[in-house]
Amino acid sequence: MRRSRIITFKINGQDIAAREDETILELARQHDIHIPTLCYLEGVSAFGGCRLCMVEIKGSNRLFPACMTYPDESMEITTNSERLKAYRKQTVELLFSERNHICAVCVSNGSCELQAQAYDLGLTHVQVPYINPNLPVDASHAYFGLDHNRCILCTRCVRVCDEVEGAHTWDVMGRGAEARIVADLNQPWGDSLSCTSCGKCVQVCPTGALFEKGTSVAEMRKKHEFLPYLRLMREGRDGGEE
Amino acid sequence: MSKTITIDPVTRIEGHSKITIQLDDQGRVADARFHVTQFRGFEKMTEGRPFYEMPSLTARICGICPVSHLMASAKAGDALLAVQIPETAANLRRIMNLAQIIQSHALSFFHLSSPDFVMGFDADPVERNIFGVMKKHPDLAKDGIALRKFGQSIIELLGGKRIHPAWVVPGGVSSPLTQEDHNTILALVPDALERIQRTLAWYKDIFGNFDPEIRSFANFPTLFMGLVDANGELSLYDGKLRIVDAVGNIVADQLDPARYMDFIGEAVEPDSYLKSPYYKPMGYPDGIYRVGPLARMNIISRCGTRLADQEWAEFRMLQRGAVLSSFQYHYARLIEILYCTERIEQILNDPDILSHHVRAHAQPNAFEGIGTSEAPRGTLMHHYKIDENGLITWVNLIIATGHNNLAMNKGVLQVARQFIRSGKIEEPMLNRVEAVIRTFDPCLSCSTHAMGQLALDVRLIGPDGELVDSVRRG
Ligand code: SF4
Ligand code: SF4
Ligand code: FES
Repeated sequence: MRRSRIITFKINGQDIAAREDETILELARQHDIHIPTLCYLEGVSAFGGCRLCMVEIKGSNRLFPACMTYPDESMEITTNSERLKAYRKQTVELLFSERNHICAVCVSNGSCELQAQAYDLGLTHVQVPYINPNLPVDASHAYFGLDHNRCILCTRCVRVCDEVEGAHTWDVMGRGAEARIVADLNQPWGDSLSCTSCGKCVQVCPTGALFEKGTSVAEMRKKHEFLPYLRLMREGRDGGEE
Repeated sequence: MSKTITIDPVTRIEGHSKITIQLDDQGRVADARFHVTQFRGFEKMTEGRPFYEMPSLTARICGICPVSHLMASAKAGDALLAVQIPETAANLRRIMNLAQIIQSHALSFFHLSSPDFVMGFDADPVERNIFGVMKKHPDLAKDGIALRKFGQSIIELLGGKRIHPAWVVPGGVSSPLTQEDHNTILALVPDALERIQRTLAWYKDIFGNFDPEIRSFANFPTLFMGLVDANGELSLYDGKLRIVDAVGNIVADQLDPARYMDFIGEAVEPDSYLKSPYYKPMGYPDGIYRVGPLARMNIISRCGTRLADQEWAEFRMLQRGAVLSSFQYHYARLIEILYCTERIEQILNDPDILSHHVRAHAQPNAFEGIGTSEAPRGTLMHHYKIDENGLITWVNLIIATGHNNLAMNKGVLQVARQFIRSGKIEEPMLNRVEAVIRTFDPCLSCSTHAMGQLALDVRLIGPDGELVDSVRRG
């Protein structure tokens, strides 16, 4: 209730009037203003981890994640300056350098969100050295696989499994470059007792990190649509008595 | 003083290699060796990957005959799933394999080797290339370009515009053939038939001019190996192995390629990354054998298509028993282009070819799988082992160029002996040494996967196959 005032502010010079309880990202999307994102997933809580959605706010030298920041009265927000473009490009470049993203032989080639961001941002070269970590594939689950080589630690899987499926199979272990997605108490996914094999994590994963077993190169198509529907249905159920 | 001549790198073959010719004190050739200097640690790199990725992974490793790897790899995958794939899927794969052989043979014959036939082995190297052929014999060059395009456009129609089609998958293919593509391919056949028949007539006219080369280009007795069907007919996608000796006798027939380890040994030579396979019952190095178009023409009881069979009968008259000169790999290639074109037409006329049932789905049911098919250059084998989760634990590839390794070495020696007299390297000799290697059409980039680290050099490839970024994982 606290955040329901109508405020006016500007995005890229465009006047916008909105309720103040929506994030800059949500409002920008409602007004067809493009802000790239990777970790953001409609239907689960925001995480603010990928830093791709950074925007500038007049009067501050800092950059702000649009998915976590709420607008204030008279705020002037810029979403597409040269500085932001360069920053985003570098962010994606670092993601590519951290793991082994070999698109040509990836199950998600052609339908990967990381690849799409690289295209959009005009990333043609990775100038920082590749880390080339030696990472395993967890193929112990009967239907799905997790290839750490392609994980960008966006935690969409963690959030959807916890908040939507209610299983909380996934979590993040370790910090920085050592961070890994782990199932239950860091055990093979196939041994997880909490996993219900619903497949939600696979469908929301933006890359080929989580995949359906038996898919060949470029065959994996993620079905993102289920989440908004599911949410809508649940809202309808919860609010049904009013 | 003995000295060593090194030719490095060999031109107009695909890949990296080097030839060393050892001269004795009198300046005569004592020994000659063909080394492959580029190596790729392919097996190592695929460890831990889901086997479903193998067709595309192996196709990526070799940019020269990706389709052939797709075939052998998908067949090894079928074996891991332990499924019988739908016949339509097998037929669609067959068409793609035939198209690959056409386009690869066209490249080898017209683009890489025809300059020697048109301009002569002694011609100025500046002239002796496909552009020279275009000037001197434009119709031949045009036929070559058209035939290559014929093969390539079939591959594209089936697999999509990607350079390395992900269409061939363990269990079958990922999408059926459309009526429209079916018609398009069928309509291309008559023109291709005309062009290849014209080329064959031309080749039969001119090869008599190359007697010294025919006599010395790896012209010696060896065994020959390749796949045949149950009736002994030419079989390029599947079948069983037949081995024939130099006088044309069948030494072994209907060998199960999945048991290759029982009858093929692999020797490793210190100076080359290429393994040297040999026929085990005869030992190393007497078990030397050749694979590829010449071998196939030597082992079969007939091709199995009308026009190709006529040409084949004529070809077999060249020599009693097997045709021994590797020079005639070229001849064999042309007959195979003819066969492949006829065969594509036959398969397209199969009533079930448009069936939508083209893929078998299964979990892995076997821990070890072997896939064998005939690549343009000869028998190609992919052998995989997986763990219970379907992750690759071990890989062995036996590549056509590997099978031919011993024969190529011997061929280089033979031609060097014939053409080097003064102890100097002169251009016509140089070209002949290379030309003998070219008769085998070796694909070196994928045949040296034996050890070390590779080497996936493509990092970021767009959906249409364009290179966005590349780096080596080493
Ligand atoms: S399959 Fe479902 S329950 Fe299992 S980890 Fe994924 S989201 Fe969680
Ligand atoms: S597995 Fe996929 S969804 Fe989960 S953190 Fe990694 S990239 Fe994100
Ligand atoms: S989308 Fe905002 S930080 Fe990832």
